[in-house]
Amino acid sequence: MQINNNQLLRFTTAGSVDDGKSTLIGRLLYDSKSIFEDQLEAIEETSKRKGLGTVDLALFTDGLRDEREQGITIDVAYRYFTTPKRKFIIADTPGHIQYTRNMVTGASTANAAIILIDARHGVIEQTKRHAFIASLLQIPHIIVCVNKMDLVEYSETTYNDIVTHFEEFSSKLAVKDVRFIPISALNGDNVVNRSESMDWYQGSPLLHVLETLHISSDINKIDARFAIQTVIRPQREGFIDYRGYAGRISSGIYRVGDEVVVLPSGFTSKIKSINAGDKEIEEAYAPMSVAMTLENDIDASRGNMIVKKNNQPEMMQEFDVMMCWLHNNTVRPGAKYILVHTSNEQRAIIKEVVYKIDINTYERNTEDKNLAMNDIARIKIRSAQNIMLDPYRDNRTTGSVILIEEGTNETVAAGMIVG
Amino acid sequence: MSKYYLNYLDELESEAIFILREVWAQFQNPVILFSGGKDSIVVTHLAQKAFYPAKIPFALLHVDTGHNFPETIKFRDDLVKNMGVQLLVGSVQEAIDTGRVAEERGKNATRNTLQITTLLDAIENNKVDCAIGGGRRDEEKARAKERFFSHRDEFGQWDPKNQRPELWNLLNGKHFQGEHFRAFPISNWTEMDVWNYIKRENISIPSLYFAHEREVVWRNNSWIPNSEFLKIEPNEEVITKKIRFRTLGDITITGGIESEADTLGKIVDEVSTMRHTERGNRSDDKRSESAMEDRKREGYF
Repeated sequence: MQINNNQLLRFTTAGSVDDGKSTLIGRLLYDSKSIFEDQLEAIEETSKRKGLGTVDLALFTDGLRDEREQGITIDVAYRYFTTPKRKFIIADTPGHIQYTRNMVTGASTANAAIILIDARHGVIEQTKRHAFIASLLQIPHIIVCVNKMDLVEYSETTYNDIVTHFEEFSSKLAVKDVRFIPISALNGDNVVNRSESMDWYQGSPLLHVLETLHISSDINKIDARFAIQTVIRPQREGFIDYRGYAGRISSGIYRVGDEVVVLPSGFTSKIKSINAGDKEIEEAYAPMSVAMTLENDIDASRGNMIVKKNNQPEMMQEFDVMMCWLHNNTVRPGAKYILVHTSNEQRAIIKEVVYKIDINTYERNTEDKNLAMNDIARIKIRSAQNIMLDPYRDNRTTGSVILIEEGTNETVAAGMIVG
Repeated sequence: MSKYYLNYLDELESEAIFILREVWAQFQNPVILFSGGKDSIVVTHLAQKAFYPAKIPFALLHVDTGHNFPETIKFRDDLVKNMGVQLLVGSVQEAIDTGRVAEERGKNATRNTLQITTLLDAIENNKVDCAIGGGRRDEEKARAKERFFSHRDEFGQWDPKNQRPELWNLLNGKHFQGEHFRAFPISNWTEMDVWNYIKRENISIPSLYFAHEREVVWRNNSWIPNSEFLKIEPNEEVITKKIRFRTLGDITITGGIESEADTLGKIVDEVSTMRHTERGNRSDDKRSESAMEDRKREGYF
């Protein structure tokens, strides 16, 4: 298929167990003709074996044996579909167990989040949690789908009440772009095709919204940040002196001739060349993977960052992050962890839990300092050496960190730098 | 004027290159699992771009089942020579000869599952700590659950219920001795993306992907190529047909499709109208609903 508006949009879905998340994804894939016949035959057969009257589109998304047996989603799965307008990546996250951790995983790279609300139940605690996490992770676009409209007789009043309610509580959150769509995932109303039962709804169906969301501005194009992943030294004929700093541009734009600073050393130089594969290019921008050479021979290696002279991140050893704890092993205060920030790894300790957030009420709890899986808290971290930091709200790539537990090698926490 | 955003193929390419460089930076002895199929060829091509102007810093590891298409082996050897990379081969035949594994019996016997032992042996013997594969999440429902960096325990097992969360672009490849990782740089690519990319980059692929005349037998709803390993049943007839292969596995289990697509352009057009998944012709996946998941848990690529 030729794609015209040839961008890639990543989105995540959030909703409680029975809000119809899997059905919605199944519907999007089915109506956009992204389910192949043999896959459809397989779920038709399983539906029949389970004694269901109709084909259960939700079966399409549950990939593991345990998931199919128990009818639940255990872990994030990724799905793909393409329309003539765009390519889409869906991070399909489980609704109930370990929801915070999984939603954070799916949301970290998403351009958009779809939050499902059951029209019969309206805004519930779970909706608020999802909206909070979406705002915490600074997902640029939020699409609230009021689902199961068929079960409330496609009532415009019910829909309007839910929209008003959502807008009231979300005014406290840092969400910028919110859209509302009344849908029935089961019947396909306003998913891919416009609903015939809701002529009062003047907006676009979900797929059209996804196809036309403006995502070019989702990446920071102002602050140039380039973390070195590895140094390429071919040492072969024609390239004896070549020393390329390889990495993926996190944000901003770089041009040959730009005056740059290598952090943390502070050495200055100019960009001599930029390579994208075997092609030499004049300018490069996020999220391109490139290799740069500099005019001076300076010491720069993995974990260092090449930035512009007049726009530098802060260098700090002590800083605050909003952190989501991801693991069964609880936080041991004062324990050492490995902090990973871009390609830079440092030993770090959690100095203090400043407050915990009740994600149902958004209230701060300064008394309870015990953190367990799925908890979100503001913490103070001290790292062994300076880290080149940006606030997460300015830069989702250089504003994010993870903590790895030394004894188990497990990723135990995800953090967003507060600036 | 440049609009400063990437099209989807460039973004996928950039992501894959980032992952390949992370593998190189985080592991001591990574290899590319090379089957001679289009996905591992694309991964190798991406590795060339990731480390240009240096050579690919990974060896290629081929798990040789002994039931190959001769074209695949020739393609492999030419590629290794042209790129100047090291080739490691794990031999299933050798594992059978030394009694490490036993050949399957029965009419539909294949060497598919036998690869697991050979792959894990090769990983252990060569002290490989990360095996880079061309696996894609759109291929199969169990693969949809796969991370970019996928942990394997000391027995080479995958535990889909205990995967490390992968956030932003922060990949955690830390592991203990004896454990290893699988890395999947083209996880987010679909079959269509792979073909569009092969066409755009004009990457050379084995002739088997292009339609050509070949001796085949109609079995399990697809055209199985005639070979020295195929036992023709009394009710079967070997005929010559113009076919091509959509995926490449062992010659005994890879079904061809009738096609006139003999150029990359025609293949792209053909694939975009396909109504069946590419693995639909792979009998190894049809054994049970969780065939792939079960093999992967044991260490299958």
